Amino acid sequence: MTAWIWQTFCAPFEEFLFLRHSLAAVLALALGCGPVGTFLVLRRMSLMGDALSHAVLPGVAAGFLISGFSLAAMTIGGFLAGLTVVVVCGLLSRFTPLREDASMAALYLISLALGVLLITMRGNSMDLMHVLFGSILAVDGPSLVLVASVTTATLLTLAVIYRPLVTECFDPGFLRAVSGTGTTAHILFMALVALNLVSGFRALGTLMAVGLLVLPATAARFWARQVWSQALTATLLALLSGYVGLLVSFYWNMPSGPTIILTAGCCHVLSLIMGPRQGMLTQYLCRAKTA
Amino acid sequence: MMRPNDITIRDLSLGYGLRIVVQGMSCRIAAGSLTAVVGPNGAGKSTLLRAVAGLLRPRKGAIDTGGMAARQIAYLPQQADIDRTFPIRVQDMVALGLWPETGVFGGIGRGRWRKVHEALDRVGMLSFAARDIGAISVGQFQRVQFARLLLQDASVILLDEPFTALDAATTADLLRMVESWHDEGRTVLAVIHDLEQVRATFPLCLSFMGQAPVLGPTRVLLAHCPLCDRSAADDEEDGGRAA
Repeated sequence: MTAWIWQTFCAPFEEFLFLRHSLAAVLALALGCGPVGTFLVLRRMSLMGDALSHAVLPGVAAGFLISGFSLAAMTIGGFLAGLTVVVVCGLLSRFTPLREDASMAALYLISLALGVLLITMRGNSMDLMHVLFGSILAVDGPSLVLVASVTTATLLTLAVIYRPLVTECFDPGFLRAVSGTGTTAHILFMALVALNLVSGFRALGTLMAVGLLVLPATAARFWARQVWSQALTATLLALLSGYVGLLVSFYWNMPSGPTIILTAGCCHVLSLIMGPRQGMLTQYLCRAKTA
Repeated sequence: MMRPNDITIRDLSLGYGLRIVVQGMSCRIAAGSLTAVVGPNGAGKSTLLRAVAGLLRPRKGAIDTGGMAARQIAYLPQQADIDRTFPIRVQDMVALGLWPETGVFGGIGRGRWRKVHEALDRVGMLSFAARDIGAISVGQFQRVQFARLLLQDASVILLDEPFTALDAATTADLLRMVESWHDEGRTVLAVIHDLEQVRATFPLCLSFMGQAPVLGPTRVLLAHCPLCDRSAADDEEDGGRAA
């Protein structure tokens, strides 16, 4: 029995270096995405995260156009594009009647179209597929270092801005009255979202990277009550999705990025139904008990 | 608590976007005074409070607080400004009132938790300390906000419609707390719609009912003013319709 468990769940990672690299990358990604995704969901910005994941595409494409599949160029390009969109959205919502979500939707459509055009100018449809949907089985040493560095920076920054970030989420007026840290916390948080999206694009692709941010975080809400416990649960679910998704993609020969995100999607649906905190089944049982 | 200073407002204009809400307002709110801000919806009462709290920059003129630090001014916004679905416990929200002491990084040790629980006890909410803020009623939430104000220990307290949608018992309890702040020498400025409440509790009144805001004794400004009572009745009717 023990031998079977080892053979099924561990041996593939022992045998193949590329799988070990992928596992390390996805686990590191999950550690950063869990808490960042939790705050993204709590701030009701899940769709903005999705829009931002499209917005990094022209930057990644510009990097690709200048130096091919260079990790550094594509990462820097993606991060700068993400930050630019965040700043422009903030300015548009401040100085025009457009709300931030409407500005973000407009910019994301423009960015997506621009990014696809830029990539097809130089590359082929395979390159486009790699950028859009990633290729976790091609994660190399430098990509791994990038993901690990981003995760470290993410966790350290979140630890520093935790209190203003939490306060800004539910009572921004109070935070503005007692401290001038609200804007800084907001900007740093949005930079962290962009950074995590960019660090995830190599493995999961620009379109899929947001899945590891949003799906575990929305599922965690059905299991945990407080902010820290939701962030912890989201991280555990992201780790589980990464590991199970990789195994499934290995055994059934499926593309790993979408498989990982689909696994996270399964966690989400199961949580929605069975989660003890207002899951559908719990609510039904409560109603049945009080009826 | 540090002694408050007078708040001097000079030729103040406030607004949002292209809309000017308050124009050319001047007055002096004495240190330690208890003042009700009254007037119809949209007259600029909440806007004035936001400006005094430092949340809105004047278009013209100035608000001189005599060099008081921002942390000496506590501001209670309307409840609608707070997301009550956010997963935070009552005691954690009240603990934020210690921000002037703790700042961004300061820890909350046993001594500070005791202060938090004492504040919750004073507003009758100690037994709700571990509940989420979304799992208590509107009146209980307002008591929690008052507990947070207690911890802030500010010299100037700005309250924006603190008693809206509260039952009589909660309103009476919280009004007693406002009076105790006044007795302790704090400056209190509160937007109130119930003019009977203003007449009964607030010696001074900043009225937005006429052409320009006027500050004076409540017994003079609200002595007999059918227009004032009419305006308050209209507000209540508007509130009823909105609800």
